[in-house]
Amino acid sequence: MLTNLVSGNLVEIDEQVALLGRGGPPAGRSFDDGGSGPWRPSLPPPHTYTTGMLVAIFGSSMFFLALVSASVVHRGMPASDWMPLRPPSILWLTSAIAVASSLTLVRSTSRLKSGHDRSFSRWWTITAVLGLCFLGGQLFAFHQLEAEGVYLVSNPSVSFFYVFTVAHALHLLGGVIALLWIELRPSAHIPQDTATAVAALYWHFVTVLWLFLFLFFEIGG
Amino acid sequence: MSAHAHILEVSEAPTGFVSKYIFSTDHKVIGIQYFLLGLTSVVIGVLLSVLMRIHLAWPAGRMPFLQGGIMTQAQYLSLVTMHGTLMAFFVLTTAPQSGFGNYFLPLQIGAPDMAFPHLNMLSFWITFLGLLCLISAFFVPDGAPISGWTAYTPLSGIGQITGPGEGYGQTVWILSIACFCIGSLMGSLNFIATTIDMRAPGMSLFRMPLTCWGWFLTAILMLLAFAVLLAAAVLLLLDRSLGTSFFLPAGIVVSDQLQHHAGGSPLLWQHLFWFFGHPEVYIAILPGLGVTSHVISTFCRKPLFGYREMVFANIAIGTLGFMVWGHHMFVSGMSPYSSFAFSLMTMAIGIPSAIKTFNWIGTLWGSRIHFDTPMLFAIGFVSLFVSGGLSGLFLAQPAVDNLVHATYFVVAHFHVVMGVAALFAVFAATYFWFPKMFGRMMNPTLGKIHFWFTFVGAYCIFMPMHFLGLVGGIRRYADYTAIAYLQPLRQLTMFVSIAAFVTAAAQLVFLFNFFWSLKHGAVAGKNPWNATTLEWTTDSPPPRDDFGAHYPSVYRGPYEFSVPGAREDFIPQNLEPAQVAREGQS
Repeated sequence: MLTNLVSGNLVEIDEQVALLGRGGPPAGRSFDDGGSGPWRPSLPPPHTYTTGMLVAIFGSSMFFLALVSASVVHRGMPASDWMPLRPPSILWLTSAIAVASSLTLVRSTSRLKSGHDRSFSRWWTITAVLGLCFLGGQLFAFHQLEAEGVYLVSNPSVSFFYVFTVAHALHLLGGVIALLWIELRPSAHIPQDTATAVAALYWHFVTVLWLFLFLFFEIGG
Repeated sequence: MSAHAHILEVSEAPTGFVSKYIFSTDHKVIGIQYFLLGLTSVVIGVLLSVLMRIHLAWPAGRMPFLQGGIMTQAQYLSLVTMHGTLMAFFVLTTAPQSGFGNYFLPLQIGAPDMAFPHLNMLSFWITFLGLLCLISAFFVPDGAPISGWTAYTPLSGIGQITGPGEGYGQTVWILSIACFCIGSLMGSLNFIATTIDMRAPGMSLFRMPLTCWGWFLTAILMLLAFAVLLAAAVLLLLDRSLGTSFFLPAGIVVSDQLQHHAGGSPLLWQHLFWFFGHPEVYIAILPGLGVTSHVISTFCRKPLFGYREMVFANIAIGTLGFMVWGHHMFVSGMSPYSSFAFSLMTMAIGIPSAIKTFNWIGTLWGSRIHFDTPMLFAIGFVSLFVSGGLSGLFLAQPAVDNLVHATYFVVAHFHVVMGVAALFAVFAATYFWFPKMFGRMMNPTLGKIHFWFTFVGAYCIFMPMHFLGLVGGIRRYADYTAIAYLQPLRQLTMFVSIAAFVTAAAQLVFLFNFFWSLKHGAVAGKNPWNATTLEWTTDSPPPRDDFGAHYPSVYRGPYEFSVPGAREDFIPQNLEPAQVAREGQS
């Protein structure tokens, strides 16, 4: 009886363990360096940088979404004295520059993939220069507004316009710095293709963000 | 690319004091830094509340360290503001999530560190800068702001003219919150990437301990909520410093002076703030829900009842948390239809909350409960979560909320369900993980004394506040002796104050136990609680890379206790099936 009970239990645990152990650890994903020795700093697998950037883009989108929602609610309020703003005409040009910069970046990364390092570098630099041109265009837009007598505190619509454009410009400035950093001081730890892919992802996000904001100004004023 | 190529030899482990303990990239050091930041903040926050309770009990009492000797109403309000801000941001957000999360998320999922260690270090130091900014509010001209932790406009948006502390004090408050938002956004990015990409082989999402689920979901909430608060803080700062009118309407007259603002809306601030503010409640409590589940299962020596349901309940609570911000604004004149929708969604949160409570009771049911100190605090958490949650159902109904809004009923509700419950989870986590963090056990007798004083004390403080609120006790009044209809409750106010003093004093037992045990506690082995998760398979405290040279593989879920036929009553997650000792084996 006891033997039966014990053997019965053993069958049960075999089933349990088989069930609990099902699947086991998949092959090919391990942080195990296969040896012992002193501590060595570890780096995450390359795709983690992409994950991190996607999460950052998500958070940044939420920031802008909050501002967009605030402006939509603001203009819809009964007591609002919202006066639609006519966006400066130069924004059409800066939008074109933003799109062009994304295209040159696509060109650059594709050259890297095909092993043309010099060509990659040239298009990469052109992208950074286009980014700086975009920022110059935005400054000129502020100048145009000022020349028309439209200031930050003139109306909530102008205040929101400045908040959107400055917040976006800071994002783009970060992108330019990242491009130049990768070009001039490549990381010893992060593979170049990972660094360029992650920077490109961010750059395209900033372009799409600008197109969204531009459309928002043109349609909503 | 081979997995081995992901590990690059860069340098030896840091040995200098500054690189090892101050500007460290080690998630464990950063976790302890966040914990100490939370501990410092909670000590200051509790001292502020003791000062408030002294003033409420003896409004004419002299406080020699104050200018003028007797606390003014403005000084009282500045204490309210600073207490709320310190507790909500720098204690309830940092200790459970950034403190224990940083230390134990990589350990529990079998990773050598967080995904981005340098970003992790930067998150801490920006948060620390935020704390310095906040504390500096006490020392700027006219002192700390008086607008509460919610910083409602127009009071917070105009400047010095609206009252003491609304000049420099309010400005540094906003800068502090902006720093905190940026630090939290960076931290949440790290938590999410680490959970998605850094899990050990075999550690599927549904094999993660519920603590990891708590930290993961909280990080998602933080990413969404703090981005919105940061946007709101930027707009408020522009209103104050550059004269914009996002939150300030036309026609505001302060001290007989017409303000130049026009066209803004104070309600817009409330919407933005509470879109952050309500998820913030869950940011504080979700890690606590995870810790409680984890501790209850471990000390019941029983698999957690309904693991998957617990995960889905957490997801439901987090999701619903973003749809209920309007219940903080029932009295703002919103449409009854909106109120109805917000009310319904708020009450719906009761369903996943009830599932969690049911599952905790299901785990406790019929088990051999070990009443160690972490378990006492976990059970205390369940009690407070239920008590505070029930008053939430009252407040979720606009008709009731209209009556008790801004009274002590609300203060009692959120302190019980969000404040004290979350702190109980922090205490449970501290007693539970102290041996892993410092290699020594905390004193169990002192732990039990601490628990009973705190548990009984918390109910003595906050239960009477419900009655105080129901009879119309307004929450921010500095002097109750001047209000005729509250005179009969003078004794009750005094009782609450005395309970607060005793409970605050009991925390000295915890502080003594914590620091005494660092040196003199009994030496803890690798696994003093006979627990199953990965952090208990490595040394106490763990080496710099968490698991030594070899990283664990995972073969089973996190709560395999009392498996029939197994010789031990726990099976660690990393134990290969063939190595599980069975009954009868020598």
